[in-house]
Order: sequence, then structure tokens, then C-alpha cells
Amino acid sequence: MWSLILNRILVAVPTLLLVTLFVFALQRLLPGDPLLTMAGEERDPAVLEHLRHLYGFDRPLPVQFVIWLREVAAGNFGASLRTGEPVLKLIGQTLPVTVQLATASILIAMLIGIPMGVLSAVRKGSWVDYLANIISLTGLSIPHFWLGIILILVVSVELQWLPASGYASVFDDPVRALQTTIMPAFVLGSGLAATLMRHTRSAMLEVLGLDYIRTARAKGLLPRAVILKHAFRNALVPIVTLSTLLFGQLLAGAVLTEQVFTIPGFGKLIVDAVFNRDYGVVQGVVLCTAIAFIGLNLFADVLYILTNPRMRS
Amino acid sequence: MDAQDTAFAALTPEEAIAPKKNRVAAKFFGNTRAIIGCVLVGTFLLIALLAPLIAPYDPNKTNFLAVRQAPSAVYWLGTDEIGRDILSRVMYGGIASLYAGVVAVLIALAIGLPVGLAAGWFGGWTDALISRATDALLAVPFLILAIALAAALGPSLTNAMIAIGLSQVPIFVRLTRGQVLSVKAEDFVEGARAVGVPNLLILARHITPNITAPLLVQATLTTATSIIAEASLSFLGLGQQPPAPSWGSMLNTAKNFLEQAPWMSLSPGIAIFLVVLGFNLLGDGLRDALDPREE
Repeated sequence: MWSLILNRILVAVPTLLLVTLFVFALQRLLPGDPLLTMAGEERDPAVLEHLRHLYGFDRPLPVQFVIWLREVAAGNFGASLRTGEPVLKLIGQTLPVTVQLATASILIAMLIGIPMGVLSAVRKGSWVDYLANIISLTGLSIPHFWLGIILILVVSVELQWLPASGYASVFDDPVRALQTTIMPAFVLGSGLAATLMRHTRSAMLEVLGLDYIRTARAKGLLPRAVILKHAFRNALVPIVTLSTLLFGQLLAGAVLTEQVFTIPGFGKLIVDAVFNRDYGVVQGVVLCTAIAFIGLNLFADVLYILTNPRMRS
Repeated sequence: MDAQDTAFAALTPEEAIAPKKNRVAAKFFGNTRAIIGCVLVGTFLLIALLAPLIAPYDPNKTNFLAVRQAPSAVYWLGTDEIGRDILSRVMYGGIASLYAGVVAVLIALAIGLPVGLAAGWFGGWTDALISRATDALLAVPFLILAIALAAALGPSLTNAMIAIGLSQVPIFVRLTRGQVLSVKAEDFVEGARAVGVPNLLILARHITPNITAPLLVQATLTTATSIIAEASLSFLGLGQQPPAPSWGSMLNTAKNFLEQAPWMSLSPGIAIFLVVLGFNLLGDGLRDALDPREE
């Protein structure tokens, strides 16, 4: 088991290195000189030359990459080309906002998706199964930023039940946090609920067809006990792993939701950076997201190995 | 009764003796969901193609006497903040969305297929390098990658298509590689190698035709994802640029007029939903028809 975990960690290292190479190439090799924005309207060649030297852009690309990699390894993800603020500081300010939203979203997704998937598998072919399928297909096809707009229109503008925008930390003002988070979390979570529902259904169907379930039924156990104690517990392993992976996707999926609900999170940081042509921030955010994603993937792999008795042995 | 017998028992006598192509077609057209998908995609394709002929107004023509008018007999879906007909803009917006969806998938396939073939066929270092690069690209969430690329390339519909296409490449590389690995071990491929058929010819004549089914299904489902991605980039201002109509940019404007003109946000969103639903149903239908286990 430990060699398997070690193997997963070792595989993650070259992936991480390639991600850094890719992020570096994204800024240096694509058209558009980020320093032009900093040089101002006049774009004085002397100023440009000075900036190029200052940021090390006048050195060969491999040297630039090694220097940049050394900085990244030391925890320096670069700075905003506009404000000079360290990217990690900006991420540190916005990430908790997105994590709060993502946590609420994954909870909503699990609360909707898992019971729906279990019911759909247990009553395969019934109207419950068809209804669950229709709901999941709708969840997968609906553009979530539009769902957000429609919810604002109905819940905030027409009914005036919840605020249309804003953010409050759950640690500072839990009531306000609930009011401002529930709508965007539902928008973000509904798509994931559809994915979770589909996976739960197929995992349950697979387990329900196994011999030990037949044995449990033959022993005369109550259907509820067979489903919850025997089938669901075993189907839960891939579902928990998937939820971990989905959490990583949520951090990225928050980009549009945060834009619609004007939430000052991680997604809004990258969109604002794109429009301000602040490539330093874009690069830092992409790198951070990728590292978080690889970390979550690794965590999901390890979790799968630890929770799966066959992998443990 | 073995697995094959069980599979055939599920078929009608006509289906059991029909050639495979006919069986796939019969299963596809016997699937109500697939038919609904076909109808939805076909309708939107037709509307987009015929937009210049059937749109009631010029989609970019402003009318300051008819600003933010609610749906009526004159303007079926109402007008926007500068008096443009929303129905005409939704019809023309379909061109951008469908075009972007299809072209992005073609870009992803054009790169992903040969790279995946090389990884699966040659194995060794080629495979290790390509697989790690694919893992690295998959580590950057799709939308973040598309936003970063679209931002670097500059905001336009063409660049959005390129960004979306490039972001989808790893999916096709991984799928193609996996399929090649399973087909590679088949007897007919071993036979071709044994008689000295060159690698390129084996890949083109023997491998590629045998892996098209899963690629076709993935391409259909990826078109749905790409249409949403194009709408998302346009919503953020990184796709189709004004005044050209696009469903995503229409929604971006509409969100500023939710109280004054709620109808502005309805039709573009419904259009995206229906066309994406259509491609998802079509993809699911194709998967059911082409998957031998479904028999």
C-alpha cells in the first residue's frame, strides 16, 4: 500500500514540473509583451529596456525559467505588474472567499446528488429513476452563470428574499454569510450534483448486482439495511474520491459564479487580472490552481487507496 | 448462456441477423432521447444557417424608439438596451456558438488524435512524455486554461475557439491513447505488423477506424462543453466582441438590466441550454448505440 502511495507521489513530481514549464511558456512565448503595459502610453525604448533588464526578460529563456522556478520553489509566485503586490498575498486574500463558496457548493452537491443517485439505482426503471435522470441531464446542460442570473431575477429582484451580491465570512457574520452564499453555492453545486448523481447511480448499480448483496437479501435482512449498510457503504469509496476531485474543479468553476454574484474571490481575481493585463497575477493564479489541483488529485488517490480494502492489501 | 448469447437474446430476431451498421442505426433511432437530441441540434443548426433569411430584423440595427421593449407582436422576444431585436440576435448568435463549438472540437481532435496515436502506439519514452504533458495540462482546470489562453491571445471569437480547442486537447490525447492500447493487442494488428506493414499505415488503416466510435461520442459531448465554454468566455468579454451577437455576451449585457428588462436574460440562456442539452442527448444516444456492452 505504501509503495503505491509513494508511486503516486513520484508521478506527481514530473507533472508538477511540466505544469511550471507550461505556465512559464504561457507568459513568455505567446504574443503580447506584458512590459508594454508597464511602460505606459509613450513606450519609451529606454524605459522598456530598463524594465526588461529589471525583470530579467533580456536573459535567455532557459535561464529565465530556472530563475523563475527557483523563486517559485522559494514561495515567491511573482508580483502584480500593476500594483507590485505579491501574488501569494492576493491569493491569500481571495482564496478563503472561494473556499467558503466551494465548501458550501460541494455540501449542496452531495446533499442533492448522492441521495438522488441512490434512489435512482434502487428504483431503476421507475419514474423516480427517470425524474432523477432528467434532473441530472438538466444540471449538466444548463449554463450555470445563466442559472445565477435567473435566480437573482426571481429570488432577489422579484421576491426580495436574498441579496443579489456581496460576501460575508462565516466566521465574522454567519447569518449574512448564509444569506450571501446560499444562492451562488446552489448555482455552483447544481452542476456537480448532476455529476455526483450519475456516478452514485452507476456505483450503486454495480454493487447491488454483486453476490454478497444477494446473500444479505437471502439472509432476510431488511431492504433498508441491505441498501444503506451493505451496498451504499461500499459504493461510497469512489463517490468520496470523486467529491475530492470535484472540489478542485469548483475552485475553477467559481470564476463565472463569482462574476455573476460580484463575490471578491479567487475567480474574480483572475478575471480582473486578465482585463488589467496583469500577466503576473494570471500566471501566479494558474500555477496555484494547478498545484492545488495536483495536490487534490494526489489526496483523492491516497484516500482511495486507504479506503479500499483491496488496495490496502 | 454466455455473454454473447445474452447480448443476442436482448435483440429482436431482425436486429440479431442485421449487419452491425444497421444494428447501430436501429438502436440509435430507437432511442427517444437520441431523437430528441437530433431534433434539438438539427433545429438550432437550421436556424443558424438560415438566420440571414429568416431573422425578422438586422441583428445589429439599433432603434432608439424601441429601447428595452417587452416581447410583443412586433418584437417577439423584445428588444435590448439599444433597441436591437432580441430574436434576430439569438438567431445570429447561434452561428457563433455552433461554429465555435464545432471548430474547437476539430482543433482538439486535429492535435489530440495524432498525439494520442503516437503515445499509444510507440509507448516507452514517447508515451511517458506525452502522458506527463497531458497530466500537466489536465491539472489546470479547463476554464482557467481557456481564460489564460484567451487573455494571452487577445479577446476575439477566433482566439476563444483556439483557446477552447487547445484546452480540450488532453481529453482526446488520453482517450485516443487508451483506445490504441486496447486495439494494439488485437490479432489483426499483430498480423499487420508481422507481414511488415509500416507503422503509419497500420495507424491510418487498422487502428484509427477501430477507435472512431468512442472518439465520435467524446467529440459530441465535447461540443456541448465547448458551446458552454464559448458562452462563458463571451460572457466574460473574452469571446465574440460587440456589436456581433453572441449568446454569452447578450447575457453579460442582460445582467445589468435585470429589473428594467428581465426578458433580455431569458432567451439567450434558454438557447444555450437547449442546444447543449441536444448535444448531450445526442452524445448519450451515440454512446448507447455504439457500445457493444449495451447490447
